[in-house]
Amino acid sequence: MHTPTANTGHEERPEFLQHHFATVEQQRETSKLGLWIFLVTEVLFFGGLFCFYAIYRSWYPEMFHEAHKMLDVNLGALNTVVLITSSLTMALAIRSMQVGNKMWTQINLATTLALAGTFLVVKFIEYSHKFHDGLEWGKFFTNTQIDGTNPHIFFSVYFTMTGLHGIHVIAGMIAIGWMMYRTSKNHFSADYYTPIEMTGLYWHLVDLIWIFLFPLLYLVG
Amino acid sequence: MNTIPDHNYFTSPTGLKSWLLTKDHKRIGLMYLMAISLFFLVGGALAMVMRLELFSPGSQLMSADTYNRMFTLHGAIMIFLFIIPSIPAALGNFVLPLQLGAIDVAFPRLNLASWYIYVVGALFALGAIVAGGIDTGWTFYTPYSVQTEGAVVMMVMAAFILGFSSIFTGLNFIATVHKMRAPGMTWFKMPLFVWGIYATAIIQVLATPVLAITLLLLAVERGAGIGIFDPKMGGDPVLFQHFFWFYSHPAVYIMILPGMAIISELMATFTRKRVFGYRAVAYSSLAIALLSFIVWGHHMFTSGQSELAAMIFSFLTFSVAIPSAVKVFNWMATMYRGSISFDTPMLYALAFLFLFTIGGLTGLFLGTLAVDLHLHDTYFIVAHFHYTMMGGTVIAFLGGLHYWWPKIWGRMYSEKWARIAWALIFIGFNATFIPQFIMGSQGMPRRYFNYIDQYQPMHAFSSIGAFILGSGFLVMLIYLWRSVKHGPIAGSNPWGASTFEWTHASSPPDLHNFAQQPVCEHEAYPYDKVIFKSTNPYDAEEVNS
Repeated sequence: MHTPTANTGHEERPEFLQHHFATVEQQRETSKLGLWIFLVTEVLFFGGLFCFYAIYRSWYPEMFHEAHKMLDVNLGALNTVVLITSSLTMALAIRSMQVGNKMWTQINLATTLALAGTFLVVKFIEYSHKFHDGLEWGKFFTNTQIDGTNPHIFFSVYFTMTGLHGIHVIAGMIAIGWMMYRTSKNHFSADYYTPIEMTGLYWHLVDLIWIFLFPLLYLVG
Repeated sequence: MNTIPDHNYFTSPTGLKSWLLTKDHKRIGLMYLMAISLFFLVGGALAMVMRLELFSPGSQLMSADTYNRMFTLHGAIMIFLFIIPSIPAALGNFVLPLQLGAIDVAFPRLNLASWYIYVVGALFALGAIVAGGIDTGWTFYTPYSVQTEGAVVMMVMAAFILGFSSIFTGLNFIATVHKMRAPGMTWFKMPLFVWGIYATAIIQVLATPVLAITLLLLAVERGAGIGIFDPKMGGDPVLFQHFFWFYSHPAVYIMILPGMAIISELMATFTRKRVFGYRAVAYSSLAIALLSFIVWGHHMFTSGQSELAAMIFSFLTFSVAIPSAVKVFNWMATMYRGSISFDTPMLYALAFLFLFTIGGLTGLFLGTLAVDLHLHDTYFIVAHFHYTMMGGTVIAFLGGLHYWWPKIWGRMYSEKWARIAWALIFIGFNATFIPQFIMGSQGMPRRYFNYIDQYQPMHAFSSIGAFILGSGFLVMLIYLWRSVKHGPIAGSNPWGASTFEWTHASSPPDLHNFAQQPVCEHEAYPYDKVIFKSTNPYDAEEVNS
């Protein structure tokens, strides 16, 4: 089990092992647990929004059905494919570092980053269309084509949910960029790739949230 | 003769930079202690000014608007900047790794980050005060919080940021408890303080994100007008209350569970006994954590919930009394036939039993539907939550502070002055809040600037109580300040206690906590098997004289 950890200069300790951990195994397990707990907080954070969605949809079922027709299912589906593919390349990046292949790690991370960027560009196009048609949230809503009570509520929900998800995409891109930088500085190896794995876990969650958002917002009824 | 060790966490390394960039859990705990003490003084001063204003009916010192801003600030500062981080982030940070036999928490850098996030949150709160303050009460209820003037968004962002600080502390502690325990320390050999902090951390991690999203939506509602809390636009203001209390009810257990955790330690140490029903006390912490999530509706009995929902919430609320009572009865049973010593920390533990029981039982009045309709939003509820939050948590915090003070600084405070301060606080507290129970039951509404003459004697009594309470804290500030440089040297184990921070670490501890990795051979409180020698300088005085 644990050995005395501090001030044991004579012991063989890899450089990446922090002083307060006894073994590489302990460090990796602890990091993973920490990240999973963090993901739980993210799920609860978005859980609040999903709860809002559920309440307002049950209050205004017809309006949700009418309002969702204003969204572009094709672009939404495209973005779904883009994000799922990015999850694959993210997983491949981890795999590449597990076998110690730095070049393919970088290629896979760069592809993931590019796909995340594509997602945001598509989202930007969608948002511009909505703004153009007056399909904005709450008090800025000016569109008159939707049949139903309080259609602006649907777009309040749409913009807060996708907006907050978009912010998480950007945070994920920063993390992936950071991983590319650290990979280029040779911080990782087949023995130590925990941060890439953590970034991957986070990225899969961002992907997963979108997989729930897409049917809830674009495929109502 | 006791000495202060040459190498301890103060001496290696020194300099301001070494503190601001430290990853050591003891230093971060101490930095938290400084920060929360500062805000406790600010929040306390606001309370004193309010009690001065309420001494007589009508305007004494300030306008009604100023008064509204003051009680909001008092609540927001005391809750978000003081009580929530008080025990976990300050004492917990210092003690938890020591009790587990670990060198540090699982994520030291995240730990430091959480302190800085706290500071940023605090700056936002101060910014909100400078930008005109807010008058919504700490609960930020819509629709008023959307309509009122003042820096609501800034204060809400402050609470949002402070929430992240709390989440990171909780996350860190869960990982620490799971992965950093000393060899041989199984779950049921852990000290009960660790159990309590662990249960708290679970609530911090699960509930705080919901507050974060709620406050974010409130800010967006105010800033961008999304209309989801606005009935004019098809939204629902009561939904805000649901979301707010889904966090803020568990949050009161974020506040009280660490207090209970301290009391378990104090009971074991100062009765020289294993805590009676150790497992029941440990499990009851988890039970409280679990129940805390399903009782939020009892804050909204008068807000227009369905009768069925109100009845279910009322029933569930009563069930919280069970694990709380399990703890209280087990502490009482611990004292039975123990060899009790009445050192200052134990005095606080006894005060806790008395005050928390009053706070808990009056909670049952409020959980009863019919009675709550009468008592809702009166001084009765103000008194109730002060008995649990102040009489419970703050008193336990003070007990813990006095208990671990010699470990933190290596020196003892003046026992005599500590007892005087304890008496002032105990008497002052009861004198402040017992009249508020009575006033509340007679219908005095909370948060009111003015009142009818009928309540004058009790308001005056309450104010005098508050000043006695305040003077107790001033006395404490002075003797604690003095003790840091001039107190008698405590030695490694002044209480003769059994947990690692006393048995295996010097006072103050070394930067790396232990000379050797401690190994856990016994359960947490093996007073019947092992003799733990006390190094208390006051005991030596008694022997010599």
